[in-house]
Amino acid sequence: MKKIKDYLPWIVYFVFFLGIIVVDPGTHYIHLVARVIIFSLYAVAFNLLYGTTGLVSFGHALFYGIGAYVTGMLVKATSPELFLLYILLGAAGAAFVSFFIGLLTLRLTGIYFTMLTLAFAQLVWGLTFKLYHFTGGDDGIQAIAKPAILSGGVTKYYLFSFIVVTICIYILWRIRRSPFGTVLNSIRQNPQRITFLGLNVYKNQLKAFVISAFFAGVAGGLYAGLDGSIHPDMLHWPTSGNAILMATIGGMGTFFGPIVGAGIFTGLEEIVGKYTEYWSFYIGLVVLIVVLLFPNGVLGIKRFSGNKNNEEKETEVVCNSGN
Amino acid sequence: MDINTFIAQFISGLSTAMLLFLISSGLTLIFGVVNVLNFAHGSFYLLGTYFAYQLMQLFNNFWVGLLVGAIGAGLVGMVIEFFFLRRIYGRAQEGAFQLLMTFAFILILDDVVKFIWGTEYKTIPKPASLAGSLNIGSVMVPSYNVFIIILGLLVVVFAWYFLTKTDTGKMVRASSLDRIMLGLLGTNVPMIMTLVFGVATAMGGLAGVLAAPLRTVTPGAGVEFIIDSMIVVVIGGFGNFWGALLGALIIGEVLSFGILWMPELATVLTFIVMIIVLIVKPEGLLAKKAVGRK
Repeated sequence: MKKIKDYLPWIVYFVFFLGIIVVDPGTHYIHLVARVIIFSLYAVAFNLLYGTTGLVSFGHALFYGIGAYVTGMLVKATSPELFLLYILLGAAGAAFVSFFIGLLTLRLTGIYFTMLTLAFAQLVWGLTFKLYHFTGGDDGIQAIAKPAILSGGVTKYYLFSFIVVTICIYILWRIRRSPFGTVLNSIRQNPQRITFLGLNVYKNQLKAFVISAFFAGVAGGLYAGLDGSIHPDMLHWPTSGNAILMATIGGMGTFFGPIVGAGIFTGLEEIVGKYTEYWSFYIGLVVLIVVLLFPNGVLGIKRFSGNKNNEEKETEVVCNSGN
Repeated sequence: MDINTFIAQFISGLSTAMLLFLISSGLTLIFGVVNVLNFAHGSFYLLGTYFAYQLMQLFNNFWVGLLVGAIGAGLVGMVIEFFFLRRIYGRAQEGAFQLLMTFAFILILDDVVKFIWGTEYKTIPKPASLAGSLNIGSVMVPSYNVFIIILGLLVVVFAWYFLTKTDTGKMVRASSLDRIMLGLLGTNVPMIMTLVFGVATAMGGLAGVLAAPLRTVTPGAGVEFIIDSMIVVVIGGFGNFWGALLGALIIGEVLSFGILWMPELATVLTFIVMIIVLIVKPEGLLAKKAVGRK
């Protein structure tokens, strides 16, 4: 029975994201769900670092933004026919940059790691304004063309994003369930014990950092194609904050939580945005409620109230003993 | 560069440094005593500015605005600490939740400011008595900048006196060293934490009012300044009061001279300074023990 329970989230995932095409609620809502699915990948990739490895990066906008900018600039410089390749190149660029940033930032722990990731992201954000010829500065890059197959109607691009994101999320899911994923999970719970077991915490964290950056880059590249325009705001710190928000709202202790979080976040932005321009006030309220009442997120509510499994008990012991 | 430009630029950097110090010393106090990295500190800066603006619309007096701006921001800070932040102390993965909660307050407070006062630019004029300029040697310096520097120095002296010579100050320092022991000795530690949060946010509000005549007043002003003061705190060392002073001086001068020498890179320079410090001495320039390192 465990098998079916394990795959239940996948069934819900497919039913929801494919069902939306069958229902066909109109261009506006397909576009909205396309944003949800791209943010889902961004949040799930981020959560490999945050929920699993226990590293609070406040600079993930950097990798998301690199993915978007590389894709956008390559499409602008050549033709859009190789769009998928450019997305992968953007992601590879993000992974490349993240390797060097990871080398430096992972030497630090806790709030120092968080601040240094923020500093690097803000540094690049500042640079995009200065490197006007490459990045378009304040204006960003506009009118990024899509290949002929994907242009005309947002549904095509949605389906394309869905396929790419699903493959990526599946890979991340396998990573999370692999022995390597278990190591990452253990690093969050007790890095000392991992060292005693003869495993290198730093190297494994660096791997997680690069993988997370790669998939965040894929998400950024997909977003560049969705609206055909990118903006320096994609690199600014609220974008990094959004990743933390989405992962926490949905439940950082679960694999699928960030997807739910991305849905709630985007939906909230949409619904509240219709009635008032002060939507970030309401997002703030929701975050406050989540932090105070549902710290394990929407998907973690059951686990929070009910029986805790051994893993969580162990985590609590570790955290309470101040390690 | 001739010596006069140098002095003028140095003094302008000094006044920026003092504003940065007012904000970042609050940040660092909160971190040291309450153990919270208050990302929303810029929102208190903003609240201070707008409270002062409102008061000046009513009374047309800068000094009333200055006082009310600081006290108002401090009161809001105490309410937020007492009713919200207090509930997440000591929770597992506290750092992430602090980040989220203070991030939530940025979203909420900034939108409240937009809702009440609108998004258009506002101005707070300098008080008439400080509108002129002073001659220092052959250099003309705006007297308002000199006023900021003097006020900043007064805060430094007062803070030094308070923290080292008074009983309350000793308790504040003690609670940053060992909260549990201080509580066992019969001190009301939660009250000290609320008070420190209030004083620190009031300093942020004060900086907001002081900076207002030099910049335009917009709802985005808090965010711009908070990043710079975060950098100051990191450079000086988290929770280190004198580190905040040193960091503020460095960043203030880097900003001031950076604009002169490398105008296109001035905004990026501060980050470069911070990255260098974090790589070479991550615990901050004035910190004694190595923390945060592996």
